[in-house]
Amino acid sequence: MTFLRHTASHLAKDLRLEWRSREAINGVLFFALLVVIVVSLAFDPTSNPTLAREIAGGILWIAILFASITALNGSWLREQRNGVLDAQRLAPSAPSALFLGKVLANFLFVSVVELVLAPVFAVFYNLHPLGDTRLLALILPLGTWALVVNGTFFAALSLRARSRELLLPLLLLPVILPALLGSIQATAGVLTAELDAGYINFWIRALLAYDIIFTTVSLLLFGVVLNAE
Amino acid sequence: MPQSSAPIADRPKLPLLLLLGFTTSTLILIYGARLALFVAPTEATMGNVQRIFYWHVPVDFGALLFPYVNLAGSVWLLTVRNKNQAQAFMADALALAGAELTLLYTSLGLITGMLWARPVWGIWWTWDARLTTFLLLWMLYAAYLILRRFSDSGQVSMQTATLSAVLGIFAAIDVPITFMSIRWWRTQHPAPVLTGEGHLDPSMVPAFLWNLAGWLCWGICLLCLRYLLERRRQRIAEAEALRSIDLPLEVLR
Repeated sequence: MTFLRHTASHLAKDLRLEWRSREAINGVLFFALLVVIVVSLAFDPTSNPTLAREIAGGILWIAILFASITALNGSWLREQRNGVLDAQRLAPSAPSALFLGKVLANFLFVSVVELVLAPVFAVFYNLHPLGDTRLLALILPLGTWALVVNGTFFAALSLRARSRELLLPLLLLPVILPALLGSIQATAGVLTAELDAGYINFWIRALLAYDIIFTTVSLLLFGVVLNAE
Repeated sequence: MPQSSAPIADRPKLPLLLLLGFTTSTLILIYGARLALFVAPTEATMGNVQRIFYWHVPVDFGALLFPYVNLAGSVWLLTVRNKNQAQAFMADALALAGAELTLLYTSLGLITGMLWARPVWGIWWTWDARLTTFLLLWMLYAAYLILRRFSDSGQVSMQTATLSAVLGIFAAIDVPITFMSIRWWRTQHPAPVLTGEGHLDPSMVPAFLWNLAGWLCWGICLLCLRYLLERRRQRIAEAEALRSIDLPLEVLR
């Protein structure tokens, strides 16, 4: 019970900080939009709806991935200012509560960005999904969770290294590639309706299993990362 | 860099056992090469190209084995790091040796696989599940070594050791996913020869087993050598650190 209360207060703190500055959301949203626009210059998706459907899933995830990496890099920096992180280490609350609070906050930020991005995406890419789009309400959160839980963890891990902005994607990408593959396959499958429903179900279940495994491992090992010296 | 005379004086020679191990594994590899190239029968559909299988599969076995050495070192380090610093550094050296051997064996596996794929499939590379996950394995341990490089300050540091051990555990979780992928996903890679429906002709088995023994023996010797080398680097770095603490006192004198 205390664990949940601590998690909630960490979450509330992160949301309040974000509400005052709106740094992460504005930055991520604009960055993701730029990726979408740059890619549309390369492919001209409006002239070819079939091509647009095929590549849209991948582009959406690439945009979300790159944009969240920029936000995740900053998410621990505000804890480093004024030695807040050292205070967190001394605090009697569980380190995993701090981690879970931050993961939930980052998850909310990226989800908001996805909600804004999805309609923009559909307009710019002239997208007419052929499959059951309700499944996206399952695929997007699962894929985002995989991205955010590992991203928050590795951002904390690379906090003390040299050139940490470069290190985060180098560590994060190999670890989340299976989840990214599942998200892209499932999203493209829904948009084109070419993938069998059973396959989409398989990818969704695989994503769920991935999320459970890596959330557990991150929660168990976060204390070690926080107190490494 | 000035070398202190004390730690270098007891410069350890290459242990006799290790020298013996390297000689044995080289002999086994030579014998295995003879079996694979001249004794084993030519495969019916692929011809002589199939002979690369005798090196490719043993190397892949090694590539799936050494990550567990890294995992063992990482878990060992995380359990003892607050109780026994000296043992923790041994664990770190073991984890590092395991990661470097994994990178070497996955590289060899990918290269031999590509050499085989070009004549048989007509392409160097395909994004088939098995190949992709093997490349992923390679990238994970490359990332592990990059993390060490980025957070290493040239000193013996428990922080680097701990953080890389955490990444080692994350990477090891990916290894079973790699192994199971051949059954999970539709795949272009040949079905598992040893356990699946396809089977190895009895006349091919000796060549395969001798090469497997040779590659594993050679890899384990190399692992021990790398471990000893890293232990020595740690000792030298430690001596340097101690000397730099002493230095101001000498100046005052």
